[in-house]
Amino acid sequence: MNKISLKVNGKLHTVELEPETPLLFVLSDEIGLRGPKFGCGMAQCGACTVILRSQVVRSCVMPLSAVGQDEITTLEGLGTPEKPHPIQQTFIDEGAAQCGFCLSGVILTAKAVLDQKPEASDQEIGEALGGVLCRCFVHQRMLRAIRKYADARKA
Amino acid sequence: MTVSRRNFLKASGALVVSFSAASLARPFAFVQGPFDTHPSHIDPKKLDSWIAVSADGTVTAYTGKCDFGQGMFTVQTQLVAEELCVPLNCVKLVQCDTSVAPDQGTTSGSQSTPTNFNSDNLAQAAATAREALINMAAKQWNEPEDQLTVTDGVITGKSGRKTTYAELIGSKRFDLPLSATAKRRSPAQWTVLGKPVRALETAALMTGQFEFVHNVRVPGMLHGRVVRPPEVGATVASVDEVSIKQIPEFVKVVVRNNFVGVVAEKQWQAVQAARQLKVKWNPGPGLPPQKTFFESLRKQPSQDTLLVDSENVEQQLATARTVVHATYVYPYQMHGSLGTSCAVADVKPDHTTVWSATQSVYPTRSIVAKLLGLPLESMRVVYVRGSGCYGLNGADAVSIDAALLSQATGKPVRVQLSRQDEMAWENFGAACVIEQRAGIDEKQTIVAWDCETWSTSKGGRPGYDRPGNVISGVLLGNAPEEVKPRPAAEPRNELRNRSNLAPSYIAGCVNGTCRGAGTVRSERVLAHTVASPFFTGPLRSPLRIQNTFAHECFMDELSARVKADPVAFRLQHLSDTRVIDVLKAAARAAHWEERPSPKSNLSHSGTVTGRGIACVAYEGNNGYTALIAEVSVDLDSGRITPKSFTVAVDCGPISNPDGLRNQTEGGILQGMSRALVEEVTWNDKRVTSIDWEGYNSLYLDLELPRIDITLINRPDVPATGAGETAITVVPAAIGNAIFDATGIRLREVPFTAERFRAALQAADVRSNQ
Repeated sequence: MNKISLKVNGKLHTVELEPETPLLFVLSDEIGLRGPKFGCGMAQCGACTVILRSQVVRSCVMPLSAVGQDEITTLEGLGTPEKPHPIQQTFIDEGAAQCGFCLSGVILTAKAVLDQKPEASDQEIGEALGGVLCRCFVHQRMLRAIRKYADARKA
Repeated sequence: MTVSRRNFLKASGALVVSFSAASLARPFAFVQGPFDTHPSHIDPKKLDSWIAVSADGTVTAYTGKCDFGQGMFTVQTQLVAEELCVPLNCVKLVQCDTSVAPDQGTTSGSQSTPTNFNSDNLAQAAATAREALINMAAKQWNEPEDQLTVTDGVITGKSGRKTTYAELIGSKRFDLPLSATAKRRSPAQWTVLGKPVRALETAALMTGQFEFVHNVRVPGMLHGRVVRPPEVGATVASVDEVSIKQIPEFVKVVVRNNFVGVVAEKQWQAVQAARQLKVKWNPGPGLPPQKTFFESLRKQPSQDTLLVDSENVEQQLATARTVVHATYVYPYQMHGSLGTSCAVADVKPDHTTVWSATQSVYPTRSIVAKLLGLPLESMRVVYVRGSGCYGLNGADAVSIDAALLSQATGKPVRVQLSRQDEMAWENFGAACVIEQRAGIDEKQTIVAWDCETWSTSKGGRPGYDRPGNVISGVLLGNAPEEVKPRPAAEPRNELRNRSNLAPSYIAGCVNGTCRGAGTVRSERVLAHTVASPFFTGPLRSPLRIQNTFAHECFMDELSARVKADPVAFRLQHLSDTRVIDVLKAAARAAHWEERPSPKSNLSHSGTVTGRGIACVAYEGNNGYTALIAEVSVDLDSGRITPKSFTVAVDCGPISNPDGLRNQTEGGILQGMSRALVEEVTWNDKRVTSIDWEGYNSLYLDLELPRIDITLINRPDVPATGAGETAITVVPAAIGNAIFDATGIRLREVPFTAERFRAALQAADVRSNQ
């Protein structure tokens, strides 16, 4: 057991855990966040996605020891129901969910790619989403929401 | 019930029920429930079981039909708001909690809308409440009821006097039965129903605030994992508990019969304990080879059902000008929920709570009570949304797992399955073989249709007393519902096409009553159910998607044989006006060009395109749809890419057009994934498609087809289901489009590139001979 500090959504947390503990379990069990979720435990689906060092990270396979001092952003770190982040707003506007379990993977992956490359084409956005699953298949609405966000960002 | 409900009302709409063990210890007055349910302590015939108005005017409604992403929460909220004439935000809906909601069985089978939106149950309760409140005001003022108007929970009298629901009844019980004569508001009056309303939880979902069952945390909660057998049918020989003693904060190994589970303080330790626990297993009996599985199905002993038989099919086929014969194969497919199933249980001798994503809170309560040996009355199952389930995923099994581990440790336990445990042991959508024969006369009319199907079955929904229908129950020593081989009895009752066993084109006549959607009067539909090596259970459009794939592709084959246009040939053989209407609407929207399939001048290389149509009366009369797919086929790689879908949907009066569109879009793309890539695989011992590399699903990077939806609103008929109609016709529409583009008929799902290439090569060989 080690005492490890990590910064999540602007707040500093100190946990006492085995350093190999997957980041996902720290976020969901110790810090009580609801955004990142366990989907597969093998980085195959995206449900556990968080942003770290401007990159999307599959928190189900990232050990706590690899996190370091940089800030982690989860879906709830972007915005709130009262004040959603612009990409959350376009998802709300489009009603781009059914069960909603996949949203960390979809929204954060799209945000990260557009942060890095605001001019990203539909194909580039598509490629970035190549490892993200939505089993309700809300693809139409999600891709429309992402496109709206991308267009608004450019304008 | 009364105590907990009163506490509930006092909480003034808060979604957490204050719940005392003392209230549960009281004797229950059991009443027989409708919906094939068991007696429950909440009487569905009483208005107070459904509707309560609090002192602040908030309306709380209780429903036994829950939302797993298909929109039932929002649309039932709309329903109650509409019937009670209050704004949407004045209604708090409580779904599927055995302590407060009536037993409505299982939320499944596209039955939630027919059950709660027509002239019974929730809709009738809300209408009864509105009339009762108007009646109270009328009596108070001594005015005729029909002179009173209601807006936003305020009743206005002829004289201009006003009173509110809160003033009339706030926090008091109605003490009235559901009125069978209470008039529902007509769709012409609707202000809340029938309007597009975004799912009420949308903002919470998008910002990570929404509580899934995976997020339920209870003080003192431990984490469990299960250790499932390494192969189908394996049994526990021994468990070496010492093998995981080194894991810090490890709590307990639980072994009961063939059920093995571990509990630890932290989730990561539970994961490690489950991985590292040394269990010796006796091998299982082995599995039949996948390669020859479908051929072997027909040779199995079977439980047979004869749906319809005009007893002249063979003669008609013998004299028909042309006989067409084809066999279709549909594989096992998975629910493949994105999140693995999860439940939290807090088992105490006198008071147990299970937080579960089950579709069946009351049946699950009964199953868990039985397995734990605890009184039913001490047990509460609360629905909390899980990952989209699309039917019977692992939610029921994991609820059993969590309850067992909680009972064994005396602490609340959360269990989430591993990806492998979820996929290896869920109740798959059934594999099917469907054989079709039809005769056509010289006037190019179908004169006989014979359909014989073989579907696989083992287990299913546990219901109230069949824990062995899912893996956890079997591991605890309970038997699954098995197939009982027996010959078919003569069809006696009029046709109920619940599984879409009967194609839309037969008349469906039994004892002179014809309930089919079509015109073919020489008809036979015989279904064989054979034992499955794997658990099976309802998966979105259960058996309906399989049967419809075969019927609608075969109809296309018949059209092609007589060189008829597939839409015109369908219309020629349909009698059901609602199927006819969706078919025409889809064809119109897609600018369907009348011509036979396949296209003339078929190309032999490069990329070709084609169009295909399929339609269905879902379950015979529970939703209507027609779909036109346009696909491109790369003849060199075999890759099939749907380019557009044009769909027409009729589900009666549309309660929430936005929800309906969302379901239709999702259903089409899920159907596309199932048609193109999804298939359970196995070896001689175990299922091998146990993660997202082994079980294919279309990811978010798919080349998105255009989806064009035509909604047909019919305010004057009863409401039907709508969540399973669109998906049902997707494999057939795509298969027919592939044929149109290439002349290649794929009769086995999924339509993988390899399968297409193999069919193309076989066709080349034939044409060269």
